[in-house]
Amino acid sequence: MLLFIALPIISVVTQSLFTPHEQVLEVVENCGPFGCKETTTVNQEATQKLRDAKPLGKFAGLDIYFDRGHLAVNEVSEAWKTRTDMSDFFNALRNLPFYRAMGFTLTHTFTVTPLLIILGFIIAVAVNSLHRHLKGLAIFFSLLPMIVTPLIGSLILFWMVDSRGIVGNALQWLFSDPTLSLKASTGYTWIMLIVYGVWHSAPFAFVVFYAGLQTLPQDTLESSMIDGASRWQQIRYVVIPHIMPLVTFVALIQLMDNFRVFESIVGFSAQAHATSLSWIIFNDLGGETRALSSAAATSVLTILGVAILLSPVLVRTWQDFKVKQ
Amino acid sequence: MKAKAFKQPPALRTLSSLFIILWLFLAAFPFLWTLWGSFKVELDLFSKADWTNAITGARTIAEHGSAFTGNGYEGAWVQEEFWKAVINTALVCFFVVTISLTIGTLGGYALSRSQFRYTFWLLITALIFRAMPPITLVSGYLLPFFEWNLWGILPTTIVVLVAINQPFTLWMLHSFFQKIPKELDESAKVDGCSQFQAFRHVIIPVMWPGVITTGLFSFLLAYNDFAVTSMLLSKENQTMVPKIYSFLGTTQTEGNVMFAVAAVVSATAPLFVLVMFFQRQIVSGLTQGAVKG
Repeated sequence: MLLFIALPIISVVTQSLFTPHEQVLEVVENCGPFGCKETTTVNQEATQKLRDAKPLGKFAGLDIYFDRGHLAVNEVSEAWKTRTDMSDFFNALRNLPFYRAMGFTLTHTFTVTPLLIILGFIIAVAVNSLHRHLKGLAIFFSLLPMIVTPLIGSLILFWMVDSRGIVGNALQWLFSDPTLSLKASTGYTWIMLIVYGVWHSAPFAFVVFYAGLQTLPQDTLESSMIDGASRWQQIRYVVIPHIMPLVTFVALIQLMDNFRVFESIVGFSAQAHATSLSWIIFNDLGGETRALSSAAATSVLTILGVAILLSPVLVRTWQDFKVKQ
Repeated sequence: MKAKAFKQPPALRTLSSLFIILWLFLAAFPFLWTLWGSFKVELDLFSKADWTNAITGARTIAEHGSAFTGNGYEGAWVQEEFWKAVINTALVCFFVVTISLTIGTLGGYALSRSQFRYTFWLLITALIFRAMPPITLVSGYLLPFFEWNLWGILPTTIVVLVAINQPFTLWMLHSFFQKIPKELDESAKVDGCSQFQAFRHVIIPVMWPGVITTGLFSFLLAYNDFAVTSMLLSKENQTMVPKIYSFLGTTQTEGNVMFAVAAVVSATAPLFVLVMFFQRQIVSGLTQGAVKG
């Protein structure tokens, strides 16, 4: 197991330090009847030999991390120096692929997570008050958006919001704008992806909260009622504190899941308007060129991002663990 | 029997019922719509003229004489050879689940009975793997696989999926095993079982619910994966999800989105059945980590 955990990470890190070999160029002097000319040709044989000998490519150090496709240090400092105001600087950042992806990933993560927690909680409270026989049915249908393959789920929604699909049609009718297309504008695309994200993950929050509601102490609820708490106050002061640990759990899991948003971008073919870090890696790996080292550099950066996101949790788990011992 | 004081006032009751209906509609409608539409021709499902065409199937009647047509399915399954992808998916899922569970039950049992506290590290690796996008690992696997000529075949993918899945499986089974009292093993051993016999005849029968839940989640992981399978499998060996993705590239130019719609419906159907039969296990699996905190 350790083999498969540690090796790919090492492999990613090493790969990210190398770049592919350049082609071996040769300057050949061609002497013909009209005098000598120097031409530059690619020595295919030598190139191939070099590539076979060192498949990793040549050592590039941290160069790849700092180039335009990744951290783009030069471009950023350039933009910082020539900025007129902050919005100008951010506009410049938005043209760099890495920061563009980062922007979308973070926006997506931090809007979807709170929204889905709220939605999941409301569904859980509502389903909990249903009749016993209806609960099973409600849970069955609620689970569907989560269980279904993310790519497939996003495709299904994508076909519906297509300007010829039913939701797209309805929106056109609603805003009486026959040219309205959700795919065409960046803002709408982001909203679409965020709505999909909430739709996809709300069931998870729902199920967890629903299970939490089952263990709700009835005594506390009753005594709060005797003390004259209104329905809202009961929820605010009894139910929410009871499921607070679950909220942290859901928030944690969903932060991680939404940080790696990827399939929905592919499914909605939204790459023109919204990219994420995972999508950049996918794109690098999938193209004709298979830009392995570039993908590896982005992977390392993504892993670092995940580590930053996770660090508070890890510290807390470590403390809990120590207390237990 | 709920006390009278807990009864909701009628206004709140209607509001919450309306909300539930709205949510169920949002959750289920896209699937029903796509299922219904998959039996139509493209001009009906993506109707420019009149959206009711998608329900009545006006163009479908005009073209095929009836409101339902299996053309999309025929095109996807026969013409585009979707059945191959289905077989591949079945193979991948089967082996991923079997291997994960074999390693997981043995490993989880050993860990839970061991004196040393592995739990923390296990939890941490499971957590880290849960958090890391699988595609970051894939970029690490690719180059060695190209070098060793292992790329593009099913076994490689199975191994990678098992590896990605394993920490989670181990952790989940481990916590199931911890719930089984040690006295059970001990009494089996007193009765003359060896350690392995105790595991085989005493622990495993008690463990079934846990094994099924964990198996379900391994299955879902293998079934739903897109990043790993699309990167590590060659075109002939594709599983369903990357196959559907590749449909999008080829069929949109031919103007036949319906192949993809039909394929999507075919791929969703098993999941429907799965949720129907194993709803309880899925719910318990999802909440298990949470309620324990």
